[in-house]
Amino acid sequence: MPNPFAINTQTQDDITTIAIEGYLDAHTAPQFERAIEDEIGAGRLRIVVDCRSLTYISSAGLGVFMSFIEEVREQGGDIKVAALQPKVESVFEVLGFAEIFDISTDAGAAVARFGDAGTAQHGEN
Amino acid sequence: MTAIERRFTLHVPSSTENLAMIREFVSYVGGQAGMDAARIGKLELAVDEACANVIEHAYGHDLSKEVTIRATFDAETLRIDVEDTGQGFDPSAIPQEELDEMIAKRRTGGLGMRIMKMVMDKVWYEIEPGSKNELHMEMRIRKG
Repeated sequence: MPNPFAINTQTQDDITTIAIEGYLDAHTAPQFERAIEDEIGAGRLRIVVDCRSLTYISSAGLGVFMSFIEEVREQGGDIKVAALQPKVESVFEVLGFAEIFDISTDAGAAVARFGDAGTAQHGEN
Repeated sequence: MTAIERRFTLHVPSSTENLAMIREFVSYVGGQAGMDAARIGKLELAVDEACANVIEHAYGHDLSKEVTIRATFDAETLRIDVEDTGQGFDPSAIPQEELDEMIAKRRTGGLGMRIMKMVMDKVWYEIEPGSKNELHMEMRIRKG
């Protein structure tokens, strides 16, 4: 049984966009974790996770977001979330992640929020 | 549950690679039971969480072990039983912290159980240490 999951990371103007695609579950979450770790390790702390092609997320995927957000914000960065599909968005909402994470309707809007909102504001569309 | 029931069973090796297959199975059964897409999505998520816990914690990724998922439904209720023979645990020992508190402590454990309890109508455990662990969950087929 395939577990379609793909990650595409691009950095422009000091902001890294990590586009994730397919299923983010306990099997694929370690790949996503490594991708975020690589960015933090390289000192790139302004991160947008583009979820427009993410079709499924479980707590393992949410746990990756959770485990890095404090560290990144403490160092002046942020992990912003963009383009959640309704099924994925409902999982974010079940756990109250919408209160914790800065979620935008698309990746461009999330990138722009680094410019106008910095890291202090979150939880708004 | 009434007397007329339909029962489906899946046995899979204990690997997270099989979570996608488990979700397919649950999705199929939910469809057979007449659930709408939103409820099937919740069911898939809850069963994924239950099985991921078994694979990672009860069996410690031991591929020689097997996870059993039984789905039973009648006209009103769909029940899922997830069975393993791995290391049991005390469900009441898992801390129920607020999300921001967990983030501050960089803790992510217990999220799966939290999801199961939020999306299913009933969740309960039967743990027999060293013998068998069973997680039972129920969801009404339709809203209301």
